[in-house]
Amino acid sequence: MQDVEAIVKEALAAFAGIDDADRLEQAKARYLGRSGALTQLLKGLSKLPAAERPAFGSRINVAKERLEAALEEQRDRIRARQLEARLTGESLDVTLPGRGPATGGIHPVTRTMERIETLFRSMGFEVADGPEIETDYYNFTALNQPENHPARSMHDTFYLADGGHLLRTHTSPIQIRYLESHVPPVKIIAPGRVYRVDSDATHSPMFHQVEAVWVDERITFADLKGVLIEFLRRFFERDDLKVRFRPSFFPFTEPSAEIDMSFGNDWLEIAGAGMVHPNVLRNVGIDSEKYQGFAFGLGPDRLTMLRYGVNDLRLFYENDLRFLKQFN
Amino acid sequence: MKFSERWLRTLVNPPLSTRELADAVTMSGVEVEGIEPVAPPFDRVVVGEVLKVERHPDADRLTVCQVNAGGPPLTIVCGAPNVGSGIRVPVALPGASLPGMSIKVAKVRGVESHGMLCSAKELGLAADAAGLLILAPEARPGSDVRALLELDDQVLTLKPTPNRGDCLSLLGIAREVSAVTGAPLTPLESRTTRVTLTDRLSVALEAPQACPRYCGRLVKGVSATAATPEWMARRLARGGIRAVSALVDITNYVMLELGQPLHAFDAAKLEGGIRVRYAQAGEKLTLLNGETPPLTPAFLVIADEAKAVALAGIMGGLDTAVSDATRDVFLESAFFDPQAISGKTRLLNFESDSSYRFERGVDFAGTLAALERATQLVLEICGGSAGPVTEARAMLPSREPVRLRLARAERLLGTRLDGTQVSEILRRLRFEFSAAEGEFRVTPPSYRFDLAIEEDLVEELARIHGYDRIPATLPAAPATMLPAPEARRDIATVRGLLAARDYQEIVSYSFVDAAWESDLAGNAAPVALANPIASHLSVMRSTLAGGLVHCLAHNLARKQVRVRLFEVGRCFATEASGQYRQPVRIGGLAYGDARHEQWGLKGRPVDFYDVKSDVEALLATRPAELRPAQHPALHPGKSASILVGGMTAGWIGELHPRWQRKYDLPLPPVLFELDFDAIGERGLPAYNETSRFPPVRRDIAAEVEEGVSYQAILEGLRREQPAIVAEIGLFDIYRGTGVEKGKKSLAFRVLLQDTRKTLTDAEVESAISQLRRILQQQFNAKLR
Repeated sequence: MQDVEAIVKEALAAFAGIDDADRLEQAKARYLGRSGALTQLLKGLSKLPAAERPAFGSRINVAKERLEAALEEQRDRIRARQLEARLTGESLDVTLPGRGPATGGIHPVTRTMERIETLFRSMGFEVADGPEIETDYYNFTALNQPENHPARSMHDTFYLADGGHLLRTHTSPIQIRYLESHVPPVKIIAPGRVYRVDSDATHSPMFHQVEAVWVDERITFADLKGVLIEFLRRFFERDDLKVRFRPSFFPFTEPSAEIDMSFGNDWLEIAGAGMVHPNVLRNVGIDSEKYQGFAFGLGPDRLTMLRYGVNDLRLFYENDLRFLKQFN
Repeated sequence: MKFSERWLRTLVNPPLSTRELADAVTMSGVEVEGIEPVAPPFDRVVVGEVLKVERHPDADRLTVCQVNAGGPPLTIVCGAPNVGSGIRVPVALPGASLPGMSIKVAKVRGVESHGMLCSAKELGLAADAAGLLILAPEARPGSDVRALLELDDQVLTLKPTPNRGDCLSLLGIAREVSAVTGAPLTPLESRTTRVTLTDRLSVALEAPQACPRYCGRLVKGVSATAATPEWMARRLARGGIRAVSALVDITNYVMLELGQPLHAFDAAKLEGGIRVRYAQAGEKLTLLNGETPPLTPAFLVIADEAKAVALAGIMGGLDTAVSDATRDVFLESAFFDPQAISGKTRLLNFESDSSYRFERGVDFAGTLAALERATQLVLEICGGSAGPVTEARAMLPSREPVRLRLARAERLLGTRLDGTQVSEILRRLRFEFSAAEGEFRVTPPSYRFDLAIEEDLVEELARIHGYDRIPATLPAAPATMLPAPEARRDIATVRGLLAARDYQEIVSYSFVDAAWESDLAGNAAPVALANPIASHLSVMRSTLAGGLVHCLAHNLARKQVRVRLFEVGRCFATEASGQYRQPVRIGGLAYGDARHEQWGLKGRPVDFYDVKSDVEALLATRPAELRPAQHPALHPGKSASILVGGMTAGWIGELHPRWQRKYDLPLPPVLFELDFDAIGERGLPAYNETSRFPPVRRDIAAEVEEGVSYQAILEGLRREQPAIVAEIGLFDIYRGTGVEKGKKSLAFRVLLQDTRKTLTDAEVESAISQLRRILQQQFNAKLR
């Protein structure tokens, strides 16, 4: 009869050398199966003297447990190796491009207009809108530009064939429409398309404007300076931006200013502004002794050019996808 | 407005460099647009008197000259055709540096040349020159040419705003510079003309409002061919005014100097006295520029007893113009009301220096002084004898005192100027004023037409004080929040969603080709522009489709193969009432493959249903209903109108093959357009209890006629569906083997659910049979 320890030793060695699940189970049968070596020993138990039986039986059981444990360990090892092999075979080229739909984008000038809206909304300005086909009254007369005023030639106006209407030359008519129906405090910006008969590298017959108005009891020219400088610094995200205010003339503001900015070299015209002219307030039924405020007009096209280094205004309206996609 | 800096400095001479002076003027509100040197830098160029000219021994075209340049005669070789003894010309001495060359003693074909005789071109004074620059015969040999020709000078270009007509003269600019810098103003010399004749023309003001002041006088026996003095020609040239003849030059010079436009008539061509009146309809007058505009009684004219002789304040007539043959002139200096002149040049389509000034306001107190100044110059330059001034006057514009409160100025500006500062500013501006207890009363001068109200004066204070000295402050305002209406979609979200779904935003002109409108919108009567910038941009768009299709073609021509675009913008249409409808629309276009070319995905062209899903995403939470509908732009079988809440909100479809061909597109794009107002409402989310019991799924396949629409079946089922039917969806459409020709097999997924209990088999079967029955009875469906 084989010695228990020898069988255990042999079985452990056999298990350790097997790296296949089926063969491991076959090996298990050789030692623990119905006719396996240990089972045979157990069967021979009855032939032993009664006094030796318990001790021998217990030795066999301990041996069985050892083998079972060794088997389990070996099974785990085999499974781990198999998984590893499978995973190795399954690895991807993670550098391949992703699949699925692409994304488009918004127009660069829209991008600027949305930024302008965000910045002014954060200061409490509401966004107002208005028609692009306007009447002479809203575009000029209400803004203190009576017919034949020389300032009208500052705007080369598109007129409609109907003889009575025009395409707005600025977004200031929105100011009038809004003030007509609201009592101060009024704090709005009015973005939109505007039109002038002009076309070259720096002028487009259609372009954009954002008008801002703040009317209350004590909104001052100093406030106008503060708000515009704040906006320009936030928009360009530069605190070293230089801004200067020069006296100028607009029929609808008094005093009026032209605003130039500079990154350090040349001055660039960036906005027109001023204190809302008392005649304009009177035209919309607001008491100009009680209320006052500022208005300014920004050119989002110009701001976009400066922000992203675009050198030709016409690119914005040619809609070449190779240009537009640079801003996505 | 261009002028010579040297001339300006004769009137006011602040201790500032050209650049500093320009900045000071710009920052006071009169923008200096340009500073151009009159001549490029050069040195050691002096006046030379040509003493002797001999032919060069070895060159036919060259001469050897003896030149007196202030010292011993110099031998200089010259190639100019106009060289001759006795003339005075610029000599660049050895060591001189000229634009682009330096001068040394050098042998020219064997003869040593000690300098160079110069043309205007060689000195950088002109782009071209035919020969040597001939200097005045009295120029002293050896003297500096730069000094002689006053070349150390700059031409300043000013851009006064339309309210500052007073800055359209040297005098006005000098006044401004004096106010800004505090430098004193040199008084202009004014002499009274010695009147030696008694001849005069009568003047009748027949339109006294339009012309309330007219001064005129005869000067007889002038020499019209006299030469314009060099100093005057120089100042005119630097002022951008071409020299014509002495008489015309004098009127232009006085206009530039004082801002008063003048006119000189040939007195021999005038018949009788002067009448300032409105034109008669159809009256003929040929102007100096050769035009004969159609005159109406809106135009003011200067007339004699027989005819109109000038368009008042705008341009003189050709027939009465001065010429070389003129012996006697009638000089006019008048004040025309800005209202009488403004707007007229737009009718005429041309402007003149005169109309430009009168429109903006000319000093009505300076009318006579300008006439005296012009007379002096005529007598000095052209000789002759002057008659007395005839002056006609009516009611001149008034200058009422304007109140200026210190408190008001402080409240507007946000900074305080005290009484002393304000007085000082008003004094520098030469305004008449009185002061009392925090309040000033200011009388605007006759040359300012822009000071009518308190705010105008506040601006004067601010600009002379300096805008840059006003602080920048941020106002304090109540910390209210802005409304954020959740149930309304905002346009930025719409744009963002389309961009996320692979559409690129474009911005195209709102005015389009009339053909796009008739093709793509069936619009035969679009909103038309009276003055389009080009004939292909002559009408306002009623749809975004034109711009999208045009942009597609533009990009296909640039080798793009897959294009997906959208635009958000107003469209325009006339309503029956004559008013304009200007809705904001959202338009999209998809062309080429449904997805961009990529690995692992088979390409296929984009189709109606791809774009429909984009539209559905835009409308999310509000189901869209599509109904077959005809649209001029679209394929009749592949187009639909989009309804939201039962109202038409837009359209979608494939471009009509006709337009695909016309616009030269290899494939048909799919387009859509939505009215922003119609889709703006999106409602708020509303909670419904979710069931804790699992849903049961059953599928039904129904074979129906091709013509039966999915929507019709869905509506039919929904109308009579049992309550436990939670969802009906389509998961397949099959045509082909096993399905009768002309029919299609639709596979529906039906989800059944009860929120309170698990469904029994019997309940499920009963509900499904109900749906099957509807399909059979209402749609004649063959079920599997």
